[in-house]
Amino acid sequence: MSRVGAVGVSVRYNGRTAVESVDLSVAAGEWVALIGPNGAGKTSLLRALAGTVEYDGSITIDGVAARSLPRRRAARLVALVPQQPVLPEGMTVFDYVLLGRTPHLGYLAAESHADIVIARESMDRLDASDLGARRLGELSGGERQRVVLARALAQQSSVLLLDEPTAALDVGHGQQVLDLVDELRRERGMSVVAAVHDLTLAAQYADRLALMDGGRIVTEGAPGAVLTEDAIGRFSGARVSVIRGPGGEVVVVPRR
Amino acid sequence: MLLGALAAGVLIGPASLDSGRVLLELLDRLPLIDVDSGLDARGAAIVWELRLPRAVLGALVGATLSVAGGAYQGVFRNPLADPYLLGVAAGAGLGATVVIVTIGSGSAVVPIAAFAGAIAAVALAYTLGSAAGGRRSGATLILAGVAVAAFLTAAQTFVQQHNADSIREVYSWILGRLGTAGWSEVALMTPYAAVSVVVIVFHRRLLDVLAVGEEEARSLGVRPERVRAAVVVAATLGTAGAVAVSGLIGFVGIVVPHTVRLLVGTSYRWILPLSVVGGAAFLVLADLVARSALGPAEIPIGVVTAFIGGPFFLVVLRTSREAIS
Repeated sequence: MSRVGAVGVSVRYNGRTAVESVDLSVAAGEWVALIGPNGAGKTSLLRALAGTVEYDGSITIDGVAARSLPRRRAARLVALVPQQPVLPEGMTVFDYVLLGRTPHLGYLAAESHADIVIARESMDRLDASDLGARRLGELSGGERQRVVLARALAQQSSVLLLDEPTAALDVGHGQQVLDLVDELRRERGMSVVAAVHDLTLAAQYADRLALMDGGRIVTEGAPGAVLTEDAIGRFSGARVSVIRGPGGEVVVVPRR
Repeated sequence: MLLGALAAGVLIGPASLDSGRVLLELLDRLPLIDVDSGLDARGAAIVWELRLPRAVLGALVGATLSVAGGAYQGVFRNPLADPYLLGVAAGAGLGATVVIVTIGSGSAVVPIAAFAGAIAAVALAYTLGSAAGGRRSGATLILAGVAVAAFLTAAQTFVQQHNADSIREVYSWILGRLGTAGWSEVALMTPYAAVSVVVIVFHRRLLDVLAVGEEEARSLGVRPERVRAAVVVAATLGTAGAVAVSGLIGFVGIVVPHTVRLLVGTSYRWILPLSVVGGAAFLVLADLVARSALGPAEIPIGVVTAFIGGPFFLVVLRTSREAIS
């Protein structure tokens, strides 16, 4: 049974179609990267999987229809890290990470000691323990991304949705973040669905790529099979060379 | 701080009573304590029927208005939100005035009508604000609120002038006063203050969740619209009760939560409970200024809070430019 199953999922905003009958299945512990040009529907598909937008079609989490799950239950199963998370400037890092415990708490309940321990562990895991008392407005780009991931981790979900997790980061910090996500999914058997615009990084980290264009998934499969010069040229309008790195990995290089 | 303010509110007044004796008089009423304060019957009456209910009502109104201000700021994610700037108080004022001119000011219907007016006002301000500038723009919400407030105040004045026989009654009330407070006002205000404060303070963690925005709140398992509705209704109920007993006292909901914010940071977990205490103390002290600055004449307390709140508002506006633009 797949962890996440989407069948015929469409997302429309005021009549404009952003995602058009997408089928996608993600196994437990699998990493699927969504690639494709801007406006291809990657973010909207992630939102549908997170249940934060209305959609047509069906999405199942561990075989249960996501729509029939109470909001709080769904949030215990799926965590979303948006591309530009809202970080209230004056909030402390620790209070922010603690928000990840929200789906595990009753409507008006306060956090228990166990919740605080989990939040601290999440920060440790992302080397953010020493940031606890800092305010979100004071963090660097790399620190922000770690803190947002720590919040998602505190959510203890079995599915992690990431929207362009490396977009705001330099290459080194981007790799650190992806390495962390990869370790976490191995440790916890989390499934990861990530929209990634850097094709080389997507190929290096994901088990499977889904290339989106015009709201549809146009090709899907192992990185080597999806990332062809022809497909990238056709869907992204980019001129690239696809070469093999020293370890046989796929490398996508822009050409003039 | 609150205890100090309350004590000052009871101890200081136009009739010079010996402080020690007033304290003894208060102690005497506590169970199991029996002391002789040495105050005569007139002195005791001043303490029990004038100063104490006034201080208690000031504390209730102050606590409610400041926690309501903090709640509106959290719900609308807008540092400038306040019961007065959103037009809530003006709506409550209109509702209350209509009842005062038709039934009379002592009626228990006054707060209910105030609540109806207040809810209509906040709904109107929010609808107009989001239609004009989208939910992201904080400035348009406040502008819409100011427009709603101006309109409702005009309507309120019209109703008031139209009913000349009750004009004095309405007029002295609308300026904001605690002067005629007695235990009956305290009894009227207590349930509104209690419900409003309790509901809002219980939502403090959820207001922190709302701070990360609509989508992320949803992805954390919270229904933002539900939290918003509960908190807005509670804050509006409290505001309506406060307006019904004490008229229009502005800026408490801006001054107190922002002062608390400066001291303890931006988490509503701390802001809301501390605003309750701070608001109570603030209004008791403001009332003290109102009745002693020009003593024996009284300044309407709304004038005192506006003197402090106006400049304060400009400071908040300056420091939160990014948040509201």
